[in-house]
Amino acid sequence: MANIPNDLKYAKTHEWVRLEGDIATIGITDFAQGELSDIVYVEITALGKTIKRDDPLGTIEAVKAVSDLYSPVSGQVITANDTLKDSPATVNKDPYGEGWMAKIKVADPSELNGLLDATAYAELASRSAHH
Amino acid sequence: MIDYAPMLKLTAFHDRHLAAGGRMVDFAGYDLPVQFHGIIAEHVRVRTTVGVFDVSHMGRIEVRGKDGLAFISRMTTNDAGKLAVNQAQYSVLCYPDGGIVDDLVVYRLPGHYLLVVNGANNTKDTAWLREHLSGDVQMDNVTDATAQLAVQGPKAEAAMQKVCSIPLSPVGFYWAAPCEVAGVKALISRTGYTGEDGFEVYMPAADAGKVWDAIFIAGKEFDIEPIGLGARDTLRMEMKMALYGNDIDKTTNPIEAGLSWVVALDRPEGFIGSDVLKRVEAEKPARRLVCLEMQDRSIARPHYPILAQGQPVGMVTSGTMSPSLNKGIALGYVKRESAKAGTEVQIDVRGHSATAVIVKPPFYKHGSRK
Repeated sequence: MANIPNDLKYAKTHEWVRLEGDIATIGITDFAQGELSDIVYVEITALGKTIKRDDPLGTIEAVKAVSDLYSPVSGQVITANDTLKDSPATVNKDPYGEGWMAKIKVADPSELNGLLDATAYAELASRSAHH
Repeated sequence: MIDYAPMLKLTAFHDRHLAAGGRMVDFAGYDLPVQFHGIIAEHVRVRTTVGVFDVSHMGRIEVRGKDGLAFISRMTTNDAGKLAVNQAQYSVLCYPDGGIVDDLVVYRLPGHYLLVVNGANNTKDTAWLREHLSGDVQMDNVTDATAQLAVQGPKAEAAMQKVCSIPLSPVGFYWAAPCEVAGVKALISRTGYTGEDGFEVYMPAADAGKVWDAIFIAGKEFDIEPIGLGARDTLRMEMKMALYGNDIDKTTNPIEAGLSWVVALDRPEGFIGSDVLKRVEAEKPARRLVCLEMQDRSIARPHYPILAQGQPVGMVTSGTMSPSLNKGIALGYVKRESAKAGTEVQIDVRGHSATAVIVKPPFYKHGSRK
């Protein structure tokens, strides 16, 4: 069963958010990394831009397929995790830690209230899981 | 809640896949593992020691009768008449317009022929063949009664020799031998879809589990592992082996797909599609399937447009990150003028223009295949 930390917020599109002050760190969930498997390239195409919630933040290339990373919050994308350039598989190994993908200076922290908590996300993930 | 089609077929190894933690997907109507521990790890396993693929979803069709050879010769592009007993050949089934029905392996066995076709095309191929039956020919689709494994990698022979009743080193590339594997009557051939040395084993479905278990015990010293469809795809792509549905289909012909080596245009009696293919060969195909090596980190995927000097020249048909080369590789059709090795082209990767260079096949040049 995928790891789903209690202290994070989650998007239906399988991103997680950790808010510290007005800086939101974004990554993909353990469930998502498992589904994608073998991540080989992460590109934060929205770096530097001001984006809205659910806008594309970047792309994640796995061996099998490419998928979009969506922003769970509105704000300015201030940082991308450069260490993933050389070791994209970090996302597979440590999705909630070293495998974070981008930091966003959030416009309105209350926006996070619209995201899923761990319990709701766990239910979503189990419904999406393969048998 | 069951959210996948309840009609999926199960192979004889299904319980083994579940026990090994396989992530199951619908492939050709079968519930098959796309991966176990990860595509890259499984890919490396096959390139370095040995891995086992359940390829029971492939269609297996037996052909008998005194006109069997004439029938196969008319239906397939290669020259089946050249096959010795227990020899196999890669071949293609074509439509009259030269488009591809399927690619396949034709075995000449003592007393009958065995055609091994793509799982997704099994029903279509069987109907196509049946439509063209004439003379003394009996066709028997034995897919459900049989199972098929591919044991691939530089240690495949060492592992298989421990469970196989006959010496394997005399079995040459694309040769087969009836034998017993773990006491089960089977057919073994030195064939595969990976570029590595290795074997395919055909056996009755009822005894297949026993064979699987024995192979895994025999291969333990080589860290043998089950391999999913994901790595099967990356392994074949590194060798420029065509995948039906991606790189070849009814809209492509074997000449432009680079399969002229299995199209025997010199056969006087011809075959279905031979008139058109002769013309294509004489006039040179307008486009060719080429190998593309990405020059940045981007990965080309099927249907991405290929451009040269800003003009569209083709389309990607397969693409992945090559685990062996650690760079993006792709197959695609480009206009003949742009198809020469060394040519630089651009691939439209979701709006980003990525440079790729056309290279000679295969991408991976260190396979253990003999």
